[in-house]
Amino acid sequence: MRDLIRKYMDIWMHGVLLGASFVALVPLFGVFSYVLKKGWPALSKGFFVNLPTPVGEVGGGFGNAILGSVVLILLASIVGVPWGVLCGIYLAEYRRSKLAQWLRFTVDVLTSVPSIIVGLFIYAIVVKPMANFSALAGAASLALIMIPVVARTTEEMLKLVPRATREAGLALGLPRWKVILFITLRGAVSGVATGVLLAIARVAGETAPLLFTAFNNRYWSHTLFEPVASLPVQIYVYAISPFEEWHQQAWAGALVLLFFILFVNLFIRFLIFSRGAGRTS
Amino acid sequence: MKETHLADRIFGWCLRFFALASMALLLGIVVMLFQQAWPILSQDGLSFFLSKEWNPVTEEFGALVFIYGTAITSLLALLLATPLSIAVALFLTDVSRGWISKIISVLVEMLAAVPSVVYGLWGIFVLAPLIRDYVQEPLANSWGDHWLFSGPPLGIGVLSASIILAIMITPTITSVCREIFNSIGRNQREASLALGSTRWEMMRISVLTSSKTGIFGAVTLGLGRAFGETMAVTMVIGNRNEIATSLMAPAQTMASLIANEFGEAVSSLHLAALSGVGLVLLLISLVINLIARWMVRNEVRV
Repeated sequence: MRDLIRKYMDIWMHGVLLGASFVALVPLFGVFSYVLKKGWPALSKGFFVNLPTPVGEVGGGFGNAILGSVVLILLASIVGVPWGVLCGIYLAEYRRSKLAQWLRFTVDVLTSVPSIIVGLFIYAIVVKPMANFSALAGAASLALIMIPVVARTTEEMLKLVPRATREAGLALGLPRWKVILFITLRGAVSGVATGVLLAIARVAGETAPLLFTAFNNRYWSHTLFEPVASLPVQIYVYAISPFEEWHQQAWAGALVLLFFILFVNLFIRFLIFSRGAGRTS
Repeated sequence: MKETHLADRIFGWCLRFFALASMALLLGIVVMLFQQAWPILSQDGLSFFLSKEWNPVTEEFGALVFIYGTAITSLLALLLATPLSIAVALFLTDVSRGWISKIISVLVEMLAAVPSVVYGLWGIFVLAPLIRDYVQEPLANSWGDHWLFSGPPLGIGVLSASIILAIMITPTITSVCREIFNSIGRNQREASLALGSTRWEMMRISVLTSSKTGIFGAVTLGLGRAFGETMAVTMVIGNRNEIATSLMAPAQTMASLIANEFGEAVSSLHLAALSGVGLVLLLISLVINLIARWMVRNEVRV
């Protein structure tokens, strides 16, 4: 009798665990199916190239927001990627130094700073002195979010390069910087690229730090010193508006954003899969 | 290793510069926030954290409402997400094998990749109406105006925000739990099987019991993520600056308050108060994350 109960308990719990896994994935399917269902009809060529129009006028698009997001991500990468990679190199190649241990702590803590706080910080050091919301400020806040992501992946990937490879280079009489840049880093280059893509996928959807750094713009931005629209902020603004047609455009924007991020993530998987080594996260 | 080449020394200093600059950034975040918040902190002192009053017009500012809002939504989210995440992690490590396990773990990671603002959009137009029609209405019909369920029939409020948060932290807790369960050796599992355990008893005794600290760390990490989450919460919580006892009532968290008011704040004291709320949010997030990392550090680096 007791054994029977134990046996049924076993089967029951297996069912519970299986059920939980399905429950956890319901929101994912919910989000994807709704974004497709509601966003697809609102997508058109004009959506990608046109400026937003006033309520009631048809033909408006997210053109400036999409371009704005591309510019912000590129700018953020120009600063965030080298910065993150250099920190990652320091963490991996000088790992026993005291400073590296502090840096590791710093990077871990930076990952856990809420993104809205990053926005407040950039507001205080960039927006306030320049007395203007700007693309530069938005890019700075995204760069700050990229740095720890890139640094940690770079560190993990460099650690996978065997010690013997470094020693071989040093034994040939190469200076250390050449060994690090042209042997170790080259050996881990697809892993580092993974980290960069991961960081781009992460910041592409960031909204909170842009709210009061890049702000928003209904028109094209012509310089980096003026407010710029971005895809996530535009989705937010349209979603909380009371207008039905703006809601549709918000769904279309979400579709573009979600599939960009999905595509980058699949590409990362492809990179890892084709190398057969290393893990994300 | 001695650095004899001049170029090596320059390279080393270059790396050190960026390392130090990163530390300066972190320090700068704390210092700048403190400096921005100083006007309100020096004026109100401790009562800033304990006052329920938030009125930009009369310039009365207290953070308690928002601390409460953040705490209650995050705790509810944890209540929902923790059992689910542990179950999914167990399913991935000890039940499923091969391609099923691979597909589910990829899908769970996708759950983490969906941007906050997209969850918010989905929350406003899909989740909130569902909650309104299938939770709020039946409850209102059977319980009437009970303090726990009363609120405007919109579906937005504490419960919706908590559910969205739970969805967003599930992948975090799951992936850390999974690493922890994986770090428990085969021997320990086989030992309990050899003693005649069923597979569930093996999971309970060998896996769950011996990873208590790690699970606690994973959950704390999830809490940290829930605390800082901004956009999705801002979009579904209803943005009302009052302490809500009801699950269906609109409320406000620290992050959603900043997202809502910072762009429009004009008086310098209002800005300072918002920075003060940000400072509280930052410090709590950092402490929670440090505790979590300390708890799981033996098993995995998160």
